[in-house]
Amino acid sequence: MPEEFEPRIVAFLCNWCTYTGADLAGTSRIQYPPNIRIIRLMCSGAVDPVYVLKALIEGADGVLIGGCHPGDCHYQSGNYKARRRVAILQSVLRQLGLEEDRVWLRWISASEGRRFADTVTEMVQYLKEKGPNPMRKEWAI
Amino acid sequence: MPIRGTVPVAQGDTLGTLRRLLALLLEQNVVDGVLVPVATPDGRNLVPTLVRDPAHLAEADPIAPVMPIQSARVVSQLTFTEPRERLAVVLKPCEWRATVELTKLRQVNLARVLTVGVDCYGAFRVLDYGAMVAETPDLTMRLLESVEPTEGFRWPNRELRTACRICEHFVPQGVDVRLEWIGTDPRKEIGVELKETHAELAGVLGLQEGDLPGRQEAIARLREARLARRDEAFAAFREQVRTREGLLSLFSACLRCHNCTVTCPICYCRECIFRTPTFDHASEQYLKWAGRRGAVRMPTDTLLFQITRLNHMVASCVGCGVCEDGCPSDIPLTVIFRAIGQEVQALFDYEAGRSLEEELPLAVFREDELHVVER
Repeated sequence: MPEEFEPRIVAFLCNWCTYTGADLAGTSRIQYPPNIRIIRLMCSGAVDPVYVLKALIEGADGVLIGGCHPGDCHYQSGNYKARRRVAILQSVLRQLGLEEDRVWLRWISASEGRRFADTVTEMVQYLKEKGPNPMRKEWAI
Repeated sequence: MPIRGTVPVAQGDTLGTLRRLLALLLEQNVVDGVLVPVATPDGRNLVPTLVRDPAHLAEADPIAPVMPIQSARVVSQLTFTEPRERLAVVLKPCEWRATVELTKLRQVNLARVLTVGVDCYGAFRVLDYGAMVAETPDLTMRLLESVEPTEGFRWPNRELRTACRICEHFVPQGVDVRLEWIGTDPRKEIGVELKETHAELAGVLGLQEGDLPGRQEAIARLREARLARRDEAFAAFREQVRTREGLLSLFSACLRCHNCTVTCPICYCRECIFRTPTFDHASEQYLKWAGRRGAVRMPTDTLLFQITRLNHMVASCVGCGVCEDGCPSDIPLTVIFRAIGQEVQALFDYEAGRSLEEELPLAVFREDELHVVER
């Protein structure tokens, strides 16, 4: 039987909300798939598209950017700025024929451990149906 | 209301008249320096030149059918640390539009600058210009004689730069002074438009009452043809990137020399991330990657470089095309950046270079917007 495709997700999570939410999921012993590699940043507004692109071009199947809910940013407006950056990133990817739906932006607060776990589960399921990132096989990039 | 008028051209000497207007700005103490394209001593190129002595305007050519450097970069250099003296800067429309972006990016300070925008019939690549002017020393005047209403400048066996062929912004908007020759015979007269705030210059420049009657029609005609050519180029680009092979082939010639970044007026970062060690990896790492994919192209990260550059500056891209001029591999950067930029800028109802008031898309936000990107 062929091995089932296990998507790899790189996550950029803000220190104050989503990372703390992920931590809560852990301390609450909420189960979620182990397909995610988390990178903690101080703010979703600090996610430069270069790192998202690096992950995608290297073959990550999905990239999750997690920030505070609108109005809750520790730095007032970082998440709104992240949203504009992601909008540009997705537009550029789509216009180049690349799959912008591999990049997810989701607001998850520090108290939403369950929402974090559900997000990972949902994203893994979505990417399993979508299939592996074809960029992983390209050598001339 | 802006002030409109004309300046008569004596003996068909358009360049002489334009030089005279710029000299008046210096002589009548309107400004202390003028930035304007001036022919190099060998006559092979026209380069942005900062002139204080009006005698040096003898070889100035504000119509300049060549753009070796995006003057917006020079304007940044000349104003970044707020000089006390006043400058006039003569800019092509795309140079002015890049200057607008750099002003909002706080790389240009227009406090003591008189912006002089010129109508633009397009520019040739530097090497083409050098060859053309070597054969035809009075090239600019000869080009003005043979303007093609739906193309702009035209010359046998030479093509305008791609950016110019598809440019609909050939009339500068929002400058303090606009020098106009579209819609008239510039061997007889040139048009001048002054911002209300600079009405006093009408006397300095000796403006006569009048207007260029054929101007609006000429602009509309050229614009229509340019837009058609632009949309055709956009469609060909979108067709090419329908497949991943097409996309990769678009950028496959990239050497990662970063010339596009060096020439781009919007790429102002002193330290570009691609010129730092961020993407220099341990030697072992390259072998690991080659192991995983079977092989790996060197240098790595060419596609990453290109798509990152798009993300970083396309919201402010004015489509001047100097990236493509600088590219040793002839990657069609102008069309790529313009096509993608158009959609990205539209996301924010923004148009790069249109106005000093419109806020940079990445500098501001609305609380209630773009929910479509939230998952």
